[in-house]
Formats: sequence, C-alpha cells, structure tokens
Amino acid sequence: MKKYIAIRLFNIVATLFIIATATFFLMKQLPGSPFDEEKLAALPDDVRKQIYAQYGLDKPLFQQYVTYMENLVKGDLGESFYYKNQAIIDILNIRIGPSMLLGFQAILLGTVIGLSLGIIAAFRHNTFWDYTTMFIAVLGVSIPNFVFAALLQYFVGVKWGVLPIAYWESYKSTIMPSLALAFGVIAVVARFTRNEMLEVLNQDYIETAQAKGISTLSIIYKHAIRNALIPVITILGPVIVSLITGSLVIEEIFSIPGIGSLFVDSIKMNDYTMIMAVTLLFSALFVFMILIIDLLYGVIDPRIRVAGRKELSHDK
Amino acid sequence: MTNKKVNINADDFSPACIDWSQQETTSSNNPVGFRAGWMRLCKNKGAMVSLVILIVLAIFALVGPYMTHYTYYQTDYKHSFQAPSGDHWLGTDKFGRDQWTRIWQGTRISLYIAILAAALDLVIGVMFGAISGVFGGKVDMIMQRFIDILVGIPHLIVVILLILLMKPGIVTISVAMVITGWVNMARLVRSQIFKIKSQEFIMASRSLGAGSFRLIFKHFIPNSISIILVNLMFTIPSAIFTEAFLSFIGLGLQEPLASLGVLINDGYHSMRSHPYLLLFPAIVIVLLMVCFNLLADGLRDAVDPKMKK
Repeated sequence: MKKYIAIRLFNIVATLFIIATATFFLMKQLPGSPFDEEKLAALPDDVRKQIYAQYGLDKPLFQQYVTYMENLVKGDLGESFYYKNQAIIDILNIRIGPSMLLGFQAILLGTVIGLSLGIIAAFRHNTFWDYTTMFIAVLGVSIPNFVFAALLQYFVGVKWGVLPIAYWESYKSTIMPSLALAFGVIAVVARFTRNEMLEVLNQDYIETAQAKGISTLSIIYKHAIRNALIPVITILGPVIVSLITGSLVIEEIFSIPGIGSLFVDSIKMNDYTMIMAVTLLFSALFVFMILIIDLLYGVIDPRIRVAGRKELSHDK
Repeated sequence: MTNKKVNINADDFSPACIDWSQQETTSSNNPVGFRAGWMRLCKNKGAMVSLVILIVLAIFALVGPYMTHYTYYQTDYKHSFQAPSGDHWLGTDKFGRDQWTRIWQGTRISLYIAILAAALDLVIGVMFGAISGVFGGKVDMIMQRFIDILVGIPHLIVVILLILLMKPGIVTISVAMVITGWVNMARLVRSQIFKIKSQEFIMASRSLGAGSFRLIFKHFIPNSISIILVNLMFTIPSAIFTEAFLSFIGLGLQEPLASLGVLINDGYHSMRSHPYLLLFPAIVIVLLMVCFNLLADGLRDAVDPKMKK
C-alpha cells in the first residue's frame, strides 16, 4: 500500500512537471506579448530592453525556463504581467474564495438532489418519477453548461427578476451560478445512483430482508442505500472535471471574480505567469482528486485491491 | 423483482433459414451479433426518435443555408436586429445577417467537427490500443505509461493551450480534441484485445502464419467493433460540446464563421432585447446533444446489455 502511494505520488509529480514544461514552452509561442505592442514600439531601444530585462524576457528561452522552474519549486509563482506588481499567489488567494464557495455549493446541491432523485427513481422504477428523473438526467448531461446558465440568467434574472442577474454582491448572487454548476452534477449523480440502486434491489439479501418482514423504509436505509452509495465515489472524478470546466464559463457569464474567469482573462491578455499558475492549480487539483478517489475505494470497500484497479489484471 | 407472465404465441416463430452453401465459407465478421444489436436498437423508442431528429437536423444543415437567398456572412446594416418574419425566418443579428442561414451553417460546422473528431479518434485510438494490446510486453508497458501521464492532465486545459498555439479554425479544434480524446478508445480496445487474445481462433490463425497486423485487422478489430462503435458515439456529443464551449468563451471559431458556440455567444450578449437570437441556436444545440446522447445510450444498451449503466 505504501509502495503504491509512493508510485502514485511520483507519477503525480512527473505529470505536473510535464504539464509545467509543456505549458511554459507552448505559452511562449503565443502570438503577441504581455505588453502593449504599440506603446512598446514607440519607446527607445534601451528602454525597451530594460523592460524586457526587468521581467527576465531578454534571456534565452531555456534559461527563462530554468529560472521559472527553480522559483516554482521554491513556491514562488512570480508576478502577474497584467496586474502590475502583484504577486500571483496574492491574486490567487483573493480569487479562490468565490470559486471554492460556488464549487462547494454546487457539489452539495448536486449530490443531495441527485441522490434523492436517483433513490426515488429506483424505488418507483418505471413510473412517472423514474421517467422524470431520467429525463432530467439526459437533459443535464446534454445541455451545455453555458446554454443552461444563459437561459437561467435570462428567465430567472431578467424576465422574472427573482435573483440578481450577475456580479458578486450578496449571498443571493451565489445562488444562480451554483445552480448552473450543479445541474450537470445532479444529472450524473441521479443517473448513477438510480442504476446502482436498481442493481442492489435485485440482490438476494434484499429479498431475504423482505422475507424476514422488515419494513420497506428500514430496508431502504439499512441495506439498499448503504450498498448503493459505495460506487457513487467513482463518479467524483468526472464531477470535479465538470466543475472546473463549468467554472470557466459560468464565472464569465455571471461576472464572478473567481479562478475560472481569471484563467480565461489571462489567456486573452497573454499574462504568461498567470496562465502557468492557474493551469498548474487546476492540474494539481485534478490529479490529487483522482488519487484521493482511488485511495477511497480501498477504504470504503476492502474487497477492491487498490493496486489492482487500472486494468492491471490483464497483463499480470 | 417481479416475474411477468409471458404469452408465447406459436405464430411468432418461423423455422430458421439454413443456407447450406454458407457452411464452408469462413468469415471473421460476426453479422449475427451485429444484426441482433441493430434489432434491439430499433426497439428503443428514444434512440429511434433521436435518429430521426438527427437525420432531419442533418438534412437542414445540408440544405438550410441554400433555402434563403442570403449567405451566412452577408451583412445588411439597414436590417439589423429584425424579429423573425417572412423574409428572415429567424430574424437577423446585429449586422443584419440572416439568422436562419447562420444557424444551419453552424449546425453544419458542429456536425463536421464531430465527424472529424470521431474519425481521428477512431484511427489513432484504435491503432494505439491495438498495437499496445497485440504486441504486449515492453511495448505495451511503455505505451501504457504514456497513457497514464496523459490521463492525469485535464483535457480542456490541453485543448485550450493547443488552440492558442495553432490558428483557431475547424481543423485546429478537431486536432486539439483528438490529441487528448483518443486515450479512452485506446484503453477500451486494448482491454478488449486482451480478452480475445487467448481464444482458440487467434491461436489457430497465428499457427497458420498470420502476422500481427493481419490479426489486428482481420480478428481483433472486427471482434471489438461494438465497443469501438459505442465509444465513438459518445465522442460525438462531447466534440460538439467542446467546440461550442471554446467558441463561446472566444477561443474557438471566430466571426464571421457561424458555429453554434459563436451564435450562442452573440445571442447571449443581446438576449435582453432580442432573446430569439439566443433561443434558436440554443434549441438546436440542445437537440443535437440530447439526440446524440440518447442514440449513444441506446446503442450501448443494444450492443451489450450488460454494459448498461
């Protein structure tokens, strides 16, 4: 087990290193520079050189890369090009709050609603409730998050005026973006829970419990839900991905000062250091979540040998 | 949990047709399984309705732009922001461009990108998986470590970075999606090949002198075709989504090209005063996504009822 974690951690470091390297060199190929080209061209040569030197852009590419990586290992992400003289880490610290709040609310909403819908659908299999849930699930998977967010904003915000349309002002302004983010999560969770529940309900031990005369509620709580919930962690990975992807557009649509909108803006502004930092942040979040999920399997269900996942059983 | 009572009617059965001339021919294809799957798919109402809707949408995408005498890039500043009327069936946008033409042009682009992404996924993913699975050993190990690292990288970030590097365009988007998108296909094909590999017919073919590539094309791929098809069907909606997503945040296709993402972004900016500019492209993309997803679901259930998840 310890060996397994060590290998995984090594893989994570390798992955992040590759991402950092690839991003660094790709980014340098981007058209344009972080400066205002016209103003820069108007400056005398030595002044321009001085500006480049200040940001270390006059050195050979490889040396820039080595410097960046050295700083990165020390935990120094550098300064933003766009937000003058602000350390990346400070900007991230300010921006991460709204994103985390939205993500947390979306996961909470998504799992609570998704689980309830899934459980009801399984117990009322092939009835109105089941069909409605499956309908919602298909819609949730199919409707692009930005379309849903735009429609939500149009109907709830503009037409009915129930909730604030955008901006980050009061708690009320978190509701719509959270809902928009949660929609996909609800769909995935509901669909998965329903199928797992249906499978569990077909097991012999449920029949045994019924034969013993245990009440339906007790069967649901003590036998069905507990066994059906274990596999639900497998979908945490896709959920995290959908939250990261979703945050990019939804923060843009609702004008939320979070990490997602920061990423999109930094790409448009050629803010090199910021692109690097946010890319690494997202990637790190992603790989660590995958690791945690893989480890959780073993903890929750000892029958699953952690190292045996990832289809190794075929070749060894 | 419940047992249904089944009425068996003798008229429902007819003698199986045995064609003796087929007894001696050999074939690596498995039409029985395939036809059975198709018949199961035909019974799935949702999938069939989706198929019909998709065909209708595809026809409109093909002929829609020619149904009016406008082009998707033709501007007309005197008639900007017109509501749907007899002349402009779905109204006009901020530059007076005909929305009907633009929507079907956008659908065309979405379908085109989806097919391109799926085709590239098919070629790269299937070949990578097949080579990894057939050769095994060291080749397999190296190829799998490569995949392990690729899996650890969030797709969208790679796609965005590649889009930045290359000129935004249809081909760029497809290529960028494929660079990360084939991994799943490769894994599926590989594990399927491991399942088939030890079966007798492979050994027979090998002992008759078949080379690795003959095995791949004559036995492994035909025997994995259903899994490949199902996975391919799920690639299509995700490709459509990715393109629209990128175009929406302004990193995908650019004006005056009319992809659904561009149209939705345009419509979004003027949704307060002209909601129809947002609604129609939104309806089209939702229809496309729902139908492709339902069809893919149906296909998966039809091909392998055990895979039902």
